[in-house]
Amino acid sequence: MSATAFQPWSSRVVLALDGLVAPLALLVLWWFASAHGWMPQQVLPAPDAVTSALADLWNSGDLTTNAWVSLRRVVLGFAAGALAGILLGAAMGLSRRAEEVVRPLFTAAAQVPAIGWIPLLMLVVGIGEPLKIIVIAVAACVPVTLNTLAGARAVSPGFYEVAAVFRYSRSQILRRVILPASVPQVFTGLRYGLTNAWLALVAVELLASSEGLGYLLVWGRQMFQMDLVLATMSVIGAVGFALDAGLAFVERRLQHWKIL
Amino acid sequence: MNWVRASLRGLILPAITLGIWEALSRAGLEDPHVFPPLEWIAWTAWNDTLHASLIGNLLSSVGRCAAGFAIGGTAGLLLGAAFGLSRTMRVLFHSLFNTLKQIAVFAWIPLLAMWFGIGEASKLAFIALATFAPVLVNTEEGFYRAPAGLLEVGAVLTLRRFQVIRRIILPAALPSIMTGLQLGLIHAWLGTIGAEFFMTAGPGIGTFVAEGRDRFQMSQTLVGVVLLGLVGFLLQRGAQALERHALHWRQA
Repeated sequence: MSATAFQPWSSRVVLALDGLVAPLALLVLWWFASAHGWMPQQVLPAPDAVTSALADLWNSGDLTTNAWVSLRRVVLGFAAGALAGILLGAAMGLSRRAEEVVRPLFTAAAQVPAIGWIPLLMLVVGIGEPLKIIVIAVAACVPVTLNTLAGARAVSPGFYEVAAVFRYSRSQILRRVILPASVPQVFTGLRYGLTNAWLALVAVELLASSEGLGYLLVWGRQMFQMDLVLATMSVIGAVGFALDAGLAFVERRLQHWKIL
Repeated sequence: MNWVRASLRGLILPAITLGIWEALSRAGLEDPHVFPPLEWIAWTAWNDTLHASLIGNLLSSVGRCAAGFAIGGTAGLLLGAAFGLSRTMRVLFHSLFNTLKQIAVFAWIPLLAMWFGIGEASKLAFIALATFAPVLVNTEEGFYRAPAGLLEVGAVLTLRRFQVIRRIILPAALPSIMTGLQLGLIHAWLGTIGAEFFMTAGPGIGTFVAEGRDRFQMSQTLVGVVLLGLVGFLLQRGAQALERHALHWRQA
């Protein structure tokens, strides 16, 4: 990867174009296969059927409506889960006693992936909006907690010595030493948490929802509209990518001081 | 006896949780099917184990997970190695893989169900798919880990390409490959649970859990969920032990 930096721009363009060969070949094969009717429409629709399904979704407003529903759920669930994770992780990281009390139950509960809790939660809270938010929050909470805990623990002892020299109070140590030193690790947790949250959203919408991107997939399958399924999958991929890229951008902005 | 005190503290929250649960079911404020008394749950666990339905479901889930992991893991290892060793492969297929990787893995389920039906084939395909990406990514990364110095030594000794791969690149890649396989195993179990929730035909512990929900039997669902966690935990522990075993030469 790093070798490309030393190559002239012309060969870098060629390299980038080479990356398009396989996708284009696949696209041509796909187009050819569907044009010649090698596969039934329900199994593999033509590429232009997928793009027109995407255009239909966009024009009818179904895409924006359902994408907003999904985004709202993921934002609410992620915010709740991340907040709980940071508090829990910080409490365990800062106090041995808190860790002794909370860690065993947390570890036991974390062995079940968030998706595994869905049927149980359905029994307790039903299949409404709270179910989705809780599942997403649980999915986000676990990696955030573990990484916050690790971050709070990993502060270099030298920093504490400096803080002792400056006679920092406990709250000053927390604000000026522990917080900045653990930010990178917390962000690692947040990114894993967001990825998990998005994954959990798709799962919970597939299982129990009447709106959202996951529901569009279910709908497409029930109607045997493979073009709709493929179009929705591409949207799910794009939104997932955008969410992660957005958080990476925030991370870079917040940590610009790290380069110093 | 510090550790005794510490582990006693660890029991506080579970005890409170169980106490609240028992109180809720005893007080009769909640539907006993949703918050069954603890002895019902224990009885369900015991009864279903005795009637072998639990063990049968468990075994078919673990078997399914292993088969899907084997398929997806092999594919991930092969393609990861191909990416790691061949620039041509990388240039041709890397962007395609990276694009497809962006799609949240559960979004493939409706597609797989349309292609392979909702039987065993779909479940295996989905578990394999869930395993594939983490194994591939870590395998490929491992192939770039060979220290430049050792590669130079290989060049000085005029080792053949095959020997360089076997004696230098592969040993350097092994830790990362192991990480990938371990992650792949966790994802395979996640995939098994997901596949069994969505495609509820056939036996499986996920199906057992989902069935408990359909029948409004919290005790069945809860027993199943505990088993989901236990199997996941054991798989992870097993994989870690295997990794230590495979990499014990590194300490030398």
